[in-house]
Amino acid sequence: MKQIQYLWPFVRLGLTDVWRHKTRSFLTMLGMVFGVGSVIAMLAVGEGASQQALESIKRLGSQNIMVMSVKPTSAEGGSTGAERGSLAVYGLFYEDEFRIQETVPGVLLTVPARMTRRNARVGERQLEMRVVETVPTWFEVVQRPVLAGRVLTRNDMQMRANVCVLTEHGVRHLLATEGMIGQRIRIASGVFEVIGIVKNESGGTVRAPDSEADAYIPLTTGTKLFGEANIRYSAGGMEGEKVELSQLIVKMTGTDAVEPGSRAIEALLTRFHKKKDFKIDVPLMLLHEAERTKRTYNIVLGAIAGISLLVGGIGIMNIMLASVTERTKEIGIRRAIGARRSRIVVQFLINTCVLSIGGGLVGLLVGVAIPLVITAATDMPTVVQPYSLFLAFGISVGIGIVFGLYPAMRAASLDPIEALRHE
Amino acid sequence: MSVGATEIVRPRADEVVRLDAVTRHYLVGDEEVRALDGVSFAILKGGYWAIMGPSGSGKSTMLNILGCLDRPSSGAYWLNGENVAEMDDDELSDHRLRNLGFVFQSFHLIPQLTVCENIEVPLLYLGVPQSERTERAVRLAERVGMSHRLRHLPSELSGGQRQRVAVARALANDPAVLLADEPTGNLDSATSVQIMALFQELYEQGKTVILVTHEPDIASYAKACIVLKDGRVQSVREGGG
Repeated sequence: MKQIQYLWPFVRLGLTDVWRHKTRSFLTMLGMVFGVGSVIAMLAVGEGASQQALESIKRLGSQNIMVMSVKPTSAEGGSTGAERGSLAVYGLFYEDEFRIQETVPGVLLTVPARMTRRNARVGERQLEMRVVETVPTWFEVVQRPVLAGRVLTRNDMQMRANVCVLTEHGVRHLLATEGMIGQRIRIASGVFEVIGIVKNESGGTVRAPDSEADAYIPLTTGTKLFGEANIRYSAGGMEGEKVELSQLIVKMTGTDAVEPGSRAIEALLTRFHKKKDFKIDVPLMLLHEAERTKRTYNIVLGAIAGISLLVGGIGIMNIMLASVTERTKEIGIRRAIGARRSRIVVQFLINTCVLSIGGGLVGLLVGVAIPLVITAATDMPTVVQPYSLFLAFGISVGIGIVFGLYPAMRAASLDPIEALRHE
Repeated sequence: MSVGATEIVRPRADEVVRLDAVTRHYLVGDEEVRALDGVSFAILKGGYWAIMGPSGSGKSTMLNILGCLDRPSSGAYWLNGENVAEMDDDELSDHRLRNLGFVFQSFHLIPQLTVCENIEVPLLYLGVPQSERTERAVRLAERVGMSHRLRHLPSELSGGQRQRVAVARALANDPAVLLADEPTGNLDSATSVQIMALFQELYEQGKTVILVTHEPDIASYAKACIVLKDGRVQSVREGGG
């Protein structure tokens, strides 16, 4: 309390000093304003981006393991049959699903899917659709909000029903509306009834396997109508590939089971697949990786912002040095009256802190405003975290002390006799 | 009295200022300048002294040493019973704060501060709480006849008014010695008379006053006078006080 009583007149003195040199103080503070502002804004942008990434990874499910079929590269597999006129057979088999279910511990359920492109037609309109042939549990594992109608059921599966669920994306593709429900569309050789519309996964840095899908149909229906081979005709011949399952989502009982599970699946598949024609993605690991990336990102952004703060601090130091010269006489008077050196140091430190904190507070506002503008202008998500405000404020106090110390020491080291004589 | 001897002769209780063989040497290039060369005298409590001398006589050095801004090269300077020669910088500062009041030729008020705040500065460093600080500053301003200008800045005052404020500030810590360096040097003669009357008043109230000046008419206000020449005491005239 006594300290505050002692310090307050110096704070007031610092404020009046800032006020007396409005332009100079403003320009000096500007460095801090931009420094602090950029710290907060950068952290907010970084946080927004990483939260978006984390969100999309989380939507893949942290308990899930994604096993995907990939076309083996010729260097790895020799004659993989990607040549013209032949049929390439690769990827996951139905048996793989059962093997995983039976032998890997901690598997809750597995969801097979086959992604293909098929020609579709609605009335006069003809287009290519990305079709996901899958099972009803897909919608349990991969959360997709239902916009209208219903999703696939066990019954559809057993009946090999000609039904399809469109995605928002697919609906837009077909230039259709919600009135689509109950209508029929032709996909390749089958006619399908539209039973529901689900939301697509909204953008993000990590893509879900079905992020650009247009429609879902029961896996059994797909097998019945189209088989597993996908043959494309092109100029000069045909190209074909046979993939039983292009994707297998393995949901584990808990996040603890994910890592050992993924290793077990890897070992299992390696035994039965001569060529490396599969890929295992673990969202949980992607999550950890994304968190690591985020940390790196924050460090880099922090370093850049730190440099601008450094520049701001040097600006303040410069002005304070000028101020010390300007106020040499005052220092002499105070010393003659009986102020110890330490008191002069404190006085100038307070003065510097008034500048840096003042700049810091304005910077705080700027830092909060910039992300708002960014979000409004570019749709990029930004998250201003409370800790960044405290951090920025703390930094501005720190800058005031660090960069104020040298001018303050210089002020205190003046010889009082010389200082009094100074004009 | 042997110069340079470290015999400790404590001053008598009524000797508020006492110099024993004080010297102050400077090195200018390779040459040693003896600004003060063995000065000894004592000033009793409640005295009104003038220190005179032409320029180059060591007057400024004397002032700096008396004002605890500088330490003697050798010898002892006792101010209010303590030997300044042995103090470090912080102790010197504290000693100035408690025992000395300065009045300067060019007033040396802090331009950003109001009259009241200027008077409060020593109290601030003494750690006096805010309310008491203001109260005492107001009383001091009344004592020098400046209570109607408390909220003014020094730049809004005349020279004489500024010097009154400076005197009030010098009195704020109730110092053992009031040290005035050419207090009328920047004032016209009419105002000078007023300021000297103020010092006379303070002397009559029991303050110890030391004037450092080169003007004989100002020195004549004092009750005793020391004349310096070439760093030595040329003559001491005592009388009155």
